[in-house]
Amino acid sequence: MQIEKSAMAGTLESSDALVTVEPGNQGIELEISSSVMNQYGRQIRATVLETLERLEVKSGHVTVVDKGALDCTLKARVECAVFRSCDKSAAGIPWGGVIR
Amino acid sequence: MIKRPKPERFRLRRTMMFMNAQKPGLIKDAYIYGCDSIMLDLEDAVAENQKDAARFSLYHALTTIDYGETEVIVRINGLDTPHWQEDIRVCVAGGADGIRIAKCESAQDVRTVEAAVEAAEREFGVEVGRTLLMAALESPKGILNAYEICSASDRMLGCAISGGDFRKCMQTKFQPDGVDMLVARGQMLMAARAAGVQCFDTVFTDLDDNEGFEAEVRQNKAMGFDGKSLINPKQIRLVHQIFAPTEKEVMQAEAMVRAFREAAAAGIGVFTVNGKMVDVAFIPGAERTLRLAKACGMYEGDLV
Repeated sequence: MQIEKSAMAGTLESSDALVTVEPGNQGIELEISSSVMNQYGRQIRATVLETLERLEVKSGHVTVVDKGALDCTLKARVECAVFRSCDKSAAGIPWGGVIR
Repeated sequence: MIKRPKPERFRLRRTMMFMNAQKPGLIKDAYIYGCDSIMLDLEDAVAENQKDAARFSLYHALTTIDYGETEVIVRINGLDTPHWQEDIRVCVAGGADGIRIAKCESAQDVRTVEAAVEAAEREFGVEVGRTLLMAALESPKGILNAYEICSASDRMLGCAISGGDFRKCMQTKFQPDGVDMLVARGQMLMAARAAGVQCFDTVFTDLDDNEGFEAEVRQNKAMGFDGKSLINPKQIRLVHQIFAPTEKEVMQAEAMVRAFREAAAAGIGVFTVNGKMVDVAFIPGAERTLRLAKACGMYEGDLV
């Protein structure tokens, strides 16, 4: 998928993350800030990059403000932001396909 | 991916707790509270512009979090919205045990949902017939059609009344003695029993009114409800306490079932247990008491 316009998903509540995606053409530029950066920063980065790779997002600017989200929440927020950026988040989602 | 066991159409459902499917902080550990069922909500708890995000969140919760013995039901958006079809796809793909149909008013509503569920089961390679259904009756029309709704599908596990919307339709509001919904509760219960499905009461929303809550739960039990919808974990324990049989009831039920089986083997139809007449008509109720007692940890025998 290609990030076509800016889109956001998530909140700044505890156990959640706010993910913003913006179009770009220099590969994936990932910015993370987290309340648990020291303990989980690497894992958060790995989960976000894996999710983007699964969605075949090759470039774009991605910002994650993490408030202690579990992996499954991070995935859900990244996926939703990417699908929103293509106006494809409302229906026909490939559950169990690239969303897994 | 967590594979949930095949849902049981009739199981213990004393407590069904609502949870906003969009809030990760809530749904990640919903199973620890010990309610019989959790109800992940895609409908009223989720803002109109977050319906899409709630589905992503729901899908990963369903496939990642091990809810164990807790039943997982999802409340989908009404059939008059643009959301319900995608809601059904995500529920089935994620392996939810059941779907609660909001604002159900007719057997046709149930059949419409059932057709979409079956299509989704085929799309995602889920066993056809696995996903259970239940109906939320929120209007006078829904209550009047309760019997046809409850008997519209073999997937139906039961129905529940939704007090907020129903009272609005009836131009009344909550009354401590329950008179505002007495007829509706009674009619829905009768319809559910006639159709052979379970029946659940509405939520009690004033979390500070403990006495009012207890009175309502006692009335629910007296009327014959299977359980109640809840909005807060702190309501679970009281419902389980009130719905549990007393020790005396358990002993009496055990004596009845045991005596009945012995008598039946000896060719006797009616007899007495502890001075009370017993015949075959008492046995299903006694067996139900024993099953409930077993679920509550009060009975460890092998009669049920």
